[in-house]
Parts: sequence; C-alpha cells; structure tokens
Amino acid sequence: MRYSFLFLALLTAFTAAAQSDKYTQAMQKNIALLDSAKTIDQLQSLAGTFERIGDAEKTQWLPYYYAALAQTFVGWAPETKDKDANAQKIDAYLSKAEAITKNAELYAIEQMKLTQQMLVDPQGRWMSYGQQASAALTKGLADDPSNPRLYYLKGMTTFNTPAQFGGGKDNAKPLFEKSVALYKAAQPKPLYPTWGRKEAEDMLAKCQ
Amino acid sequence: MKNITFLTALLLLTVGLWAQTPISGTVKDGKGHPVRGASVTIKDSYDGATTDSLGNFHFSAADKGNFILLITNIAYTTVELPVSLTGSPLELRIVMKEQLSELRAVTITAGSFTAGDAKRGAVLSSLDIATTAGSNADITAALKTLPGAQQVGEQEGLFVRGGAGYETKQYIDGTLVNNPYFSSVPDIASRGRFSPFLFKGTVFSTGGYSALYGQALSSVVLLESIDLPEKSEVDASISPLLAGIGTQQLSKDKKSSWGGSYNYVNVDLYFHAVKQVPDYFRTPQFHNGDFNFRFKTKNGGMIKYYTTFAYNDLGLRRQDYDSLNMKDAFSLTNHNWYNNLSWREYLNNGWKMDLGASYSTNLDNIGQQVQNASNVKIAFPDTVFWMNSKTFNVDQRQDLSQIKAVFDKKLGALSAIRFGTEYWYAFNNQKYRSQAYSIDTFYKFHDNFNAVFAESDIYLTNELAAKVGLRYEHSTVINRSDLAPRASLAYKTGQYSQFSFAYGIFYQKPENNQLFYTTNIGFTKATHYILNYQKMTHERIFRVEAYYKKYEDLIKTIPINYFYSTFNNSGNGYAKGVEFFWRDKKTIRNFDYWVSYSYLDTKRNYLNFTESMTPNFAATHTASIVMKRFFTKLKSGVNVTYSYATGRPFYNFFLDGNKYDLTASGKTKDYNSLNLSAEYVPQLGSKTAKSWLVLFASVSNVLGYNAVYGYNFSYSGQYRQEINPPAKRFYFIGCFLSWGIDRSQDAIDNNL
Repeated sequence: MRYSFLFLALLTAFTAAAQSDKYTQAMQKNIALLDSAKTIDQLQSLAGTFERIGDAEKTQWLPYYYAALAQTFVGWAPETKDKDANAQKIDAYLSKAEAITKNAELYAIEQMKLTQQMLVDPQGRWMSYGQQASAALTKGLADDPSNPRLYYLKGMTTFNTPAQFGGGKDNAKPLFEKSVALYKAAQPKPLYPTWGRKEAEDMLAKCQ
Repeated sequence: MKNITFLTALLLLTVGLWAQTPISGTVKDGKGHPVRGASVTIKDSYDGATTDSLGNFHFSAADKGNFILLITNIAYTTVELPVSLTGSPLELRIVMKEQLSELRAVTITAGSFTAGDAKRGAVLSSLDIATTAGSNADITAALKTLPGAQQVGEQEGLFVRGGAGYETKQYIDGTLVNNPYFSSVPDIASRGRFSPFLFKGTVFSTGGYSALYGQALSSVVLLESIDLPEKSEVDASISPLLAGIGTQQLSKDKKSSWGGSYNYVNVDLYFHAVKQVPDYFRTPQFHNGDFNFRFKTKNGGMIKYYTTFAYNDLGLRRQDYDSLNMKDAFSLTNHNWYNNLSWREYLNNGWKMDLGASYSTNLDNIGQQVQNASNVKIAFPDTVFWMNSKTFNVDQRQDLSQIKAVFDKKLGALSAIRFGTEYWYAFNNQKYRSQAYSIDTFYKFHDNFNAVFAESDIYLTNELAAKVGLRYEHSTVINRSDLAPRASLAYKTGQYSQFSFAYGIFYQKPENNQLFYTTNIGFTKATHYILNYQKMTHERIFRVEAYYKKYEDLIKTIPINYFYSTFNNSGNGYAKGVEFFWRDKKTIRNFDYWVSYSYLDTKRNYLNFTESMTPNFAATHTASIVMKRFFTKLKSGVNVTYSYATGRPFYNFFLDGNKYDLTASGKTKDYNSLNLSAEYVPQLGSKTAKSWLVLFASVSNVLGYNAVYGYNFSYSGQYRQEINPPAKRFYFIGCFLSWGIDRSQDAIDNNL
C-alpha cells in the first residue's frame, strides 16, 4: 500500500513535469516562430496555435497573450484593411486571457488594439478610441509602473502626435529613455514577453 | 498487479507520442467560399492548424482514440466534429455557418442620415455640426447642407423633399419637441433652441422613418442626449452679442452628474455696428437657462432630466407694403419652458425599456400695428379693411405633455422586436384682438393623442435585413384614427456597398391655426417610396437616393370672407427627386469636404392654391459644398460652405368674394451664399493647461449676395416687396473658455 502511494506520487510528479515541459517547449518554439514570423498567414497561424495551447492548458494566460500579440501584429500590417474586424479577433483572445488575470502586458495589447482602431480616422475617433487607449496605458502603469513596453508604446503615441498637440520628438524622447532603461534592468520570468527593446532603442536614436 | 497497470499506463503514454494521425481538409462557408484563418483543433490538445487563404489545413494529431475536433472563427458559428483517431489519415470537408455580427451586417440607410460620434454609419459628427460654416452651431442650419433639405431663409424649419417646414418634427430622447425653434418674426427665420453639444447622436431622416415616430409627413430629426459628461468643468462664453456661464459636475464614481447654464443675448451693440434693414425699436434680447441631472442605474441603465427656460423680447418696424409712407411695427415676447425626463433600463433576458416623459409650455405675446412716418399708430376707416387687419394683438399658449414607453427585445444576435405606446395631451389657446373693431376672439382646443406601435428588425443573413413596423394613432380633437405601415429592406452588395429600400405611410394632424377654426377635418397623409445606394468606407461616403412621395388629404382653405375661413381635406400633391451625397476625408490630408445635390420635382394643391402648383418653398436644384481644413501648426481651422439653389416660385392670390384668384406668379432669382468661419485653439496640445480657450469667428454671405426669398404683395397686387434677410451679412466673434481638469494623464506623468 505504501509502495503504491509512493508510485502514485512519483507518477503524478512525472506526468506533471512532462506536461509542463511540453507546455514550455511548445511555448518556447512558438515564441521563437513569432519572433521570426513575416507574413500575415504565419502570424494568423501562430495566433491559432497559441490559442490552442491556451485552450488546452486552461489556466495559463501567456498563450492567449501571445495569440493576441500575433493578432496585433496582423493589425499593424497595411494589408489588413478592416482594423475593426481584426480588433474583434484581438478582443476574443484578450478576453480569454483576462478571464485568468489582468495585467500590464494585457493592457499593452489593449492599447495597441485601440490605437489601430483610432488610426482608421484619427480626427473622428480621437475622442473615443484615443482616450480609451490612453486610459489603457494609465491602468497598465498602475499595475506595473516599471513595464518597459508601456513606456515604449506611450513614447510611440507621443512621437506620432504632432508637436502642437503635445507630441513630437522632444516630448517622446524621455519616454523612450525611460523605456530603454527599464528594458536594461528587466529580468523577465521564463516565457514572459521581452519584445520591444530594439524598437525602443531605434526610436530613441531617431529622437536624438 | 498494480505495478503492472502503472507500467502499462506509462508505456501507453510514451507509445502515443509516435503513432500520429494526419488530418487535412478544407473549411468553406455556406456559399462555398473558403474560410481563411479558421482554427482547427483537437479539443484540449495543442494539436491543430489554421486555415490558409484557400481554406486548407493539415496537421498531425499525436493522441489516439475518440476526440472532438473544434473549428472556430470569430465570424462563424463554432463547429464541433467527433473524430476517431486511429493513425490512418483523415480528410475532412467542413462547412461553417456565418454568424450575424453588427460589424459586418448591413444597416438600413434609406432615407436617413445618422450623425454622432459613437454610431456606426454616421455621416456627420457633433463637432461637424458646430464647425459647418454658416451654421453658427445651429443644428438645423448644418442639416441644411445635406441633400433633401431646402435653402429656405425666411422661415425656420427643415423643408424636406417638397414638404413644408411643419412637416418635419424634432424628437429629443424619443419624445416630440413642440417648439424646437425660438418664436419668430414673419419673414425672418429663427434659430433652434438646442445646442448641438447637448447631443451624442442625431438622425436626420428625410423620409421612410421608423414606426416609433409619427405626426410628421416628411421628416424627423431624432436627437439623443449625451449620457454623462467626460469630466467636470466650468465654461464661459463672451461675445459682443452674448455672454454665458455654465458648469458640468461629474461625480467621483463617474456614475452621476449635474449641470446648468445661463446665457444672455443682446444684439444692441451689434446692431449699432452692423446696420439692419428693419428698424428695431425693441432690441432683441434672449435669456436662456438650463439645468440637468443624469445618473447611471445599477444595471447600466440611465436616468436623465433636462430642463430649459427661455425668455425673449423684440420689436421691429418695416416698410408697409400697401403704402410707402407707412410702417408695420411688430413686437414679440416669448416665454418657453421645456422639460424632458427619460429612463433607459436593461431588464433580464435581453429586454430593454425606454421610458420618456416631457412637458413644455410656450407663451407668445404678439402685437402689430400700422404706423405713420413719425411712428404713431394710424386708424383706418372700414373701407380699407385689409389695413385694419394689420393691427392686432395675439396672446397664445401651447402646452404639450407626453409619456412614451418602448420595450425592446433582442432575438438572436441582431434581430429584435420593439413595441410601445405613447400618449400626448395638448392644450392650445389663442386670444386674437382686432384693434380696429375692439373685438376679442378666443380659440382653444384640447387633444388627447394616443399611439401604439410595434416594429421588428429581421436579419436573415449579414447581407439581408428588413425592418417592418405598424403604428396606430388616434386623436380626439378630430376624432380620427389611422393605421400607418412602415417597411424597409437593406441588401449588402459588397464589403462597403449596399442598397436599401423604404416604404411607409405617414399621417399628421392639421395645424393649430386650422384646428382653431374647424375640428371637422382629418389627418393629412403621405406615402413614401425610397431607393438608396450607399458606398461607405471610413473616410469616404457616396450615396444616391431616389424617392417618390404621394400627398393625400392635404388641407385646403375654404374662404367664407376676408376674415374667416374653414378647411377641408381636399388637397393633394406629389414630390419626386434624386439626391447625391459625397464626403471625402482622404484625398487631401487634413482636408474634409462634402458635396450634396438635390433634384426636386413637386406640386401640390393645398391651402389657397388655385390648382396643383409648385409650392413657394421648393427649388428644383439645390447644392451645397462644405469644406473644413485644420492647420495643426497654427492651431486653427478654417471652414467654408457654399450653398446654391435655383429660384423658387412665388404667387399672389387675391380673395375674390369666397374664392382665390391667382393674380401674379413668377420665380425668384437663384440663391447663393458663401459662408466662412474659423476657430483658434491656442492651448491645443498643452499638457499643463488648466483652462481652455477657443476663439471663433464667422461671416455669413461673405460676398454680400442679395438674397430674395420671395415677395409680399400689396392688397391691390400692384406693388410687390422683396423678402430679404434683415442684413446682407451676419458676423460673429466669440470667445469660449472652459476650466476643467483631466486627471487621466497625471498617473502616467508622475511615473516619469
């Protein structure tokens, strides 16, 4: 009896390890694929893969986060004409992730999604989508005041806003500086997002 | 034994990794088009694939046994397919059913222009209304730049598709507004009472509107008030013409707000600087106060109350058109109080309830007398009775109380049924004093008006939708009932393009000044047929609309003598036309323009017309071009509007005993108007600004074109006088200030 208990314990540990190992490997592999993905079909396919992992795991928010991120990359592509329809897809992934947790990284996705929708018609949509996007940043920073990606996104919004409206190079520069400093100091947990450092450094160079 | 079971289990687990089942196939929609980006998954596993642009997918499943294959795509209903994985390849053909989605579905656009910030399919935003040159933030003036509306400058109101101004009604949050415009002087149009900034959405329906509304033969303007302000603020406005102060206070939990404002308009200074044709002996003055409160209910519903009180007074002398030595002195005092209470609530099981109540009272004290060159009142002998009829006093009151309830239930994703009822109690009275004969005549009537209506939105697919409605109305003053069917259909022909068709029967009670004389008359009636094609992307809109409208039972005047007439429903008429609208924000950066064109062919036999004639408010061709350009570097915007209309007919009818004779007719010259406005926002983009300043300036009819809206004829018909605006140009400069603190930025800045 005692043996069988030991066995059971061992087996559970083994399968759990195998399971988590399978998860880690699948995630690592697909995150690497996401980093090198170039076409919309590749991104779309990766979004699907991450969603499958999330649906199978049920308690992990990161697969859904990456699914939403891949879909956000689809949204930035000029070939994606209907940004609202794409935003609906991002939302579907985000809401699955948010059912598990709500954190700064998810707010960053939300901000990008809203920005994509705002850019469809900046003058007409600034009041609605633009305000919501900046609210997403505020909430994200309240959750994690040292998130480098949020500073990068805030920097991008500022950079792309005309100087007359409080944007421009000079106003964006301190944000990119802060972002780059935070990237340098960041020690992300395994599988946690790391993207944006190079982009932030490039933008900082543009502001010099 | 137990050990062996565990070992077997372990073994199986490992073996499973090698025996893979290849799965491939295609995913298509009901019409056989490939579905791109559908996710095909073995439920609860990592195995799966996403379809490519041809709908193809393939992957290998690691596990063996019976599983569920899940096929998902946001625009389609999820498919669950039981599969048995044995190691031998599976080839699948999957058909997905498209889901109804608000984003993709067709919307019914025939006959209606939607303006609003949140609304899908909006043609104009609230800010567009305020920044349309020539509108000076008057909703009606901005809507006149859209197709279907006439450029009528001598009367207020929207004259839509061959319809008179009173055939267009305004509704705020579902209930009718009895006196939407400031009381006016004959031959001079007045502004609307309501600022465009009160509303988050405006629908301008030029025909074929929903069964939820009635008592407008031609058109309705549906105004939806804003829920909660974005922040607390205090506003002030200063101009040589007006001064005002107001506040909006949003509670800390952002669930309730209250606000109020007061404005005073006095044009004395302005009239000294810009000469007016009429001689104003009482300078126009307006006092206007309003108050509101709004709060969110527990279930996300909303209760809103809005009230406004207005007082205005003016007096002016103009040339009498029977004698060049005499003047007609007209004076007007008006009190108006308007109240609107609405409650929107979300109930269980997809039910929504909209309750509305409103009360308004309007009091006019009007006087007119004929004066000599020294502004002294003249009395006339009975032989010139037409001169005596120009000296009178009218005191009139119009009260309207209403309640309305609408229940709405969602059926499926987009389809819905809606039904409800409304009750109006109207009280109108008038005291008419003939100065010459010292006779007071009293007129009054009460009306209990009741309507019951039902409507259904039916979405068959994302491409095809219908709206079918029926409305029953009963009015006690005329003791008549009517039944008005409405129907519309929309079909999507492409991603951005669609056709819509609308049909409806519309009834309207006779006007107050007719009901004062007789209540033995019935509803007037119009039947609309509208066909619309629209292509709309985010930055460009193209619309063409053709319509036919049939008028029946229009009111005819049956004269008994010079002072007294009765009325019947023997009139009729038609209107038909084609309209174009084009808006483009894309071609030139920071430049937004729209062009409207309306062709109208209309005739009617009503009131004192001697036969079927084109009414004097109808121009055959009307066009407007509106341009807006914002210069970010200069922090300012410039707006230009040009409107054009061909000449309108004018007539003179002479009352010969008990019948009218047409003694003169013709056409006015074409109408042109070029309007300019500019705004300057110096604090634009300033992060530290606690106060905001907007400088606004506008000039209407910059080129000084002499507009002739029609003619007034002398009694003999020998002399005619042009109807012109009181001054060629109208200038406005103003400074608008607001103090409000938007704290959303602080949290981020503090972290820098």
